[in-house]
Amino acid sequence: MRKILQLPKRIVRFYVDGFKSMTIGKKLWAIIIIKLIVIFGVLKLFFFPDMLKSHYDTDAQRAEAVRTALTAPRQ
Amino acid sequence: MEDLVNVVDWSRLQFALTAIVHWLFVPLTIGLSLIIGIMETAYYRTRNEKWRRITKFWMTLFGINFACGVATGLILEFEFGTNWSNYSWFVGDIFGAPLAIEGIVAFFMESTFIAVMFFGWKRVSPGFHLAATWLTAIGVCLSALWILVANAWMQHPTGMEFDPDQMRNVMVSFSDVVFSPVAINKFFHTVLSGWVLGAVFVVGVSCWLILKKRNLDFALSSIKVAGAVGLAGIVLTMWTGDGSAVQVSKHQPMKLAAMEGLYAGSEGQSLVAFGIINPDKKPLDDQEAIFAEISIPKGLSLLAKHDLDAFVPGIDDLLRGYAVNEAGDTVYKDVSYADRIAMGRAAQQALRDYGSSLEMGDSVAMAQAKAAIDANFKYFGYGYLDAPEDAVPPVAVSFYSFRVMVTAGGYLLLFFLAVAWVSWRRKVNLLSNKWFCFLGLLTIPIVWICSEAGWVLAEMGRQPWTIEGLLPVNAAVSSVSAGSVQTTFWLFVLIFSALLVAEISIMVRHIRRKATTDLLNGPEN
Repeated sequence: MRKILQLPKRIVRFYVDGFKSMTIGKKLWAIIIIKLIVIFGVLKLFFFPDMLKSHYDTDAQRAEAVRTALTAPRQ
Repeated sequence: MEDLVNVVDWSRLQFALTAIVHWLFVPLTIGLSLIIGIMETAYYRTRNEKWRRITKFWMTLFGINFACGVATGLILEFEFGTNWSNYSWFVGDIFGAPLAIEGIVAFFMESTFIAVMFFGWKRVSPGFHLAATWLTAIGVCLSALWILVANAWMQHPTGMEFDPDQMRNVMVSFSDVVFSPVAINKFFHTVLSGWVLGAVFVVGVSCWLILKKRNLDFALSSIKVAGAVGLAGIVLTMWTGDGSAVQVSKHQPMKLAAMEGLYAGSEGQSLVAFGIINPDKKPLDDQEAIFAEISIPKGLSLLAKHDLDAFVPGIDDLLRGYAVNEAGDTVYKDVSYADRIAMGRAAQQALRDYGSSLEMGDSVAMAQAKAAIDANFKYFGYGYLDAPEDAVPPVAVSFYSFRVMVTAGGYLLLFFLAVAWVSWRRKVNLLSNKWFCFLGLLTIPIVWICSEAGWVLAEMGRQPWTIEGLLPVNAAVSSVSAGSVQTTFWLFVLIFSALLVAEISIMVRHIRRKATTDLLNGPEN
């Protein structure tokens, strides 16, 4: 029982020690974090809105929008 | 670049750029994870320190590649929602379910076991560590499985029904989607090609060590493992490639015809070994399709149908919907593309009527419209085409990308046969063979070109469709401005270039720094 209770602590220590002992890994984590900030904090936020979700409130409205787009009379 | 004036072209170009860059990282992750697993298994079985050190070296390179490549695939999903919103909605849960499973599997399996792989050398038992390494390799493959299932569905939509209320395809058979022969074949062909790419990378870097006359025992041991993986990988990739050709012939005959530059098919159809595509050739005209052609007799019939005398339809036969041989017998019969366009337009009109009936609450009219949609839905996408010729993929790109892939694949088979021969036969001294080592280095870019050419063929050969027969690219795209897509395109060029420079420079620096130390006996850090 005691071992089970200590498990979360051991997992956290496993990761903390692992990160501390990294050499090249620190540079890699910096790349991952910068990349995720750019992807989610810049690209997703400012450049890649979900068009249907951001323009329509319900699924029925979204379905109607797609129906209109896909069945618009041919030019 | 002057032709890239509309949002469809820019969105396609942006998607292609993202997918190509994503695919620079993924196959190396797939291949290295297997090779590392084998090397660590050798350590586990022999407890020879040499294998632990070899494993750790390649594991670091795996980590660099994983760190630079992770999450580049997420950008593709952003593009679906922004640039391809009609497509995203239309595919419904067919795409959503596999991608959701992929996200969960990737997150839990890879992130958990990769941490054990890197942090656990002195913290967990050797058996547990080995299990984590293999589970990472399996997790990598499972991640690939789901996205490839989704891609296979786009090549051959199956296991779904179109719901005009929701305006999306609803999955009716999960097993039909997952176990579709196209999906199975695509999965194995892709993963096995990743083995080959990872193996070439290991052999190439080891050859560099040999050229520098450093860590020769380390390099030779790495080459032996990677050589065996590469040889098995290339043979199996070719075998599954043969399966791919059969599937393309069954479900995407227009793609097969385009990749062969074949306009008028025949029984016992030859395979073009070499040729130059006539850029002025148009479907249904009398011009020569290929200049300076050198062909393998009956090769295409054998490749596509596993029958030397089988008829393989060309682009003109497919457009007409029939073909007659010299004796006057009908050797091919299907729905002509003109009829497909008519049926597609009927389905679209029925969908329009369904929408009007839905608005008025007329359930009888809705049922009639639904019956008309169902009857013609197979050809729904053809209704967006102006003429039958619009259904022909870019012939030159398909033709040349196929030949680049096959030629490079053939070279890789010879390369790994040579690697196996020189690394396992003691009489031949690989270490003194400078030319062989140069060849090993040169093969690194070749395997990436081969791998990317395969995807160019798969995706360009499917044009004009996003979903084969159901939704062409010009209907799938969102109503966004071309300017906004251009902006993000150039932003991606910047980000991806930075990522590639970071990956290559960190890898090269790591390899160079390590190469100066004794990798098998020197101090570890």
